[in-house]
Amino acid sequence: MEKKTCLYDRHVALGALMSPFGGFIMPIQYTNITDEHNAVRQHCGVFDVSHMGEVRITGPDAERYVQHIFTNDVSGAPVGQIYYGMMLYPNGGTVDDLLVYKMGDNDFFLVINAANIDKDVAWMKEHTAGFDIKLDHQSDFYGQLAVQGPEAEAVVEEVLGIPCSELKFYTAKVVGDIIVSRTGYTGEDGFEIYGSHEFTQQAWDKLIQSGRCKPCGLGCRDTLRFEVGLPLYGDELSADISPVMAGLSMFCKLDKEEFIGKEALAEQKANGVPQKLVGIELQDKAIPRHGYPVLNTEGEQVGEVTTGYHCLSVDKSVCMALVKTDYAKLDTPLAIQIRKKVFEGKVVKKKFYDKHYKK
Amino acid sequence: MAKFEEGLRYSESHEYVRVEGEYGYIGISDYAQHALGNVVYVDMPEVDDEVTAGEEFGAVESVKAASDLISPVSGTVVEVNEALEDTPELLNEDAFANWIIKVQLSDPAELESLMDKAAYEAFCAE
Repeated sequence: MEKKTCLYDRHVALGALMSPFGGFIMPIQYTNITDEHNAVRQHCGVFDVSHMGEVRITGPDAERYVQHIFTNDVSGAPVGQIYYGMMLYPNGGTVDDLLVYKMGDNDFFLVINAANIDKDVAWMKEHTAGFDIKLDHQSDFYGQLAVQGPEAEAVVEEVLGIPCSELKFYTAKVVGDIIVSRTGYTGEDGFEIYGSHEFTQQAWDKLIQSGRCKPCGLGCRDTLRFEVGLPLYGDELSADISPVMAGLSMFCKLDKEEFIGKEALAEQKANGVPQKLVGIELQDKAIPRHGYPVLNTEGEQVGEVTTGYHCLSVDKSVCMALVKTDYAKLDTPLAIQIRKKVFEGKVVKKKFYDKHYKK
Repeated sequence: MAKFEEGLRYSESHEYVRVEGEYGYIGISDYAQHALGNVVYVDMPEVDDEVTAGEEFGAVESVKAASDLISPVSGTVVEVNEALEDTPELLNEDAFANWIIKVQLSDPAELESLMDKAAYEAFCAE
């Protein structure tokens, strides 16, 4: 049985197409994916992302603990700084990718993927030995809205009355009982707002009633993040896909004293990895989907599609795919089997549309 | 609200066939295009390919997903609607005017097992 977010009734009332995602029943689209996608690229959209999980880590050893389980380096960070990175298994496989907010000295707020909440919290608890910390799982308390698009700053300030123009990219602040950050998963400027269910419901209503912000479902959240090359756990990262394979080494600080998985990543960096994540652009309009085989010019399978779409912003069929490293160089000719047919393409950068962050 | 057109035969997988003489024009129903959302690609067979009643002959892709096209009748493809190659959204604009393939029917008796408008409308309402 899927969980419902605190906005479930509102989604149903808006006529959203609801579907299971990450253990929740979530809105996929309200009108259609294309319109919602374009609203975020051109104006402003609001997403219910209350399914995301939140964990607060406090206590004398909080920073040392976060440094132990997290690949990025939070040492010496100013309060309000946010880091993207991963939790890894000792073999370098990915437990989850997450955001870590520094809320104060030895006070961190971790935002994890809905589908991984149980696994992640169990993983965190397994690794607390030797650390004097308090781990507070807060997923059931927080709702979360993502207000995204070039007009997001004006909408958040004017409709919600939350001052945010001074917030820098990947920083957060506390306003009353809520946390606001200049973050998102769309490649556009935008904000993520964490608050109680009651706050989240009231803020959602204000945003929708203002008419300045289109309700957007997880369908376009996926097309938006895909176009700008952002990974989704389960597609581009998994227990079998390390950040080095996924091209995310920059979020793994091997010069840090230690973190779980560091030795494995160092070995992968030194000796190479058998497979790498690439972008592939097709000549035809057929759409590569997750799991479709990637073929070399001899017709042998050399990889698999992780996410693919007919890219809405650039009108091309493109995908991300995990391929044998020999085939990962730019411009390598590769083909994708789509049902009974084989479509030719080539390796391109795995970013199909430029991000428009306000930094 | 989905539209339903008189004079066509419909399958449970939401394809229709419009019969003209020995030929059948096969497409997807208006109900199907509504359910799919924006169509962004139509994967069609080639002329002279054989299609079999109940078997897949192509696919219609929306942004999010691919849906197989199941032929309501058996026969030989004599024409494909090439306009859909560049403008697949024609299926959203008018699914009944924009057929996908034209086939020469090999077993017109198969039409008997398909639904008429009233039966299909009732099927969709279930």
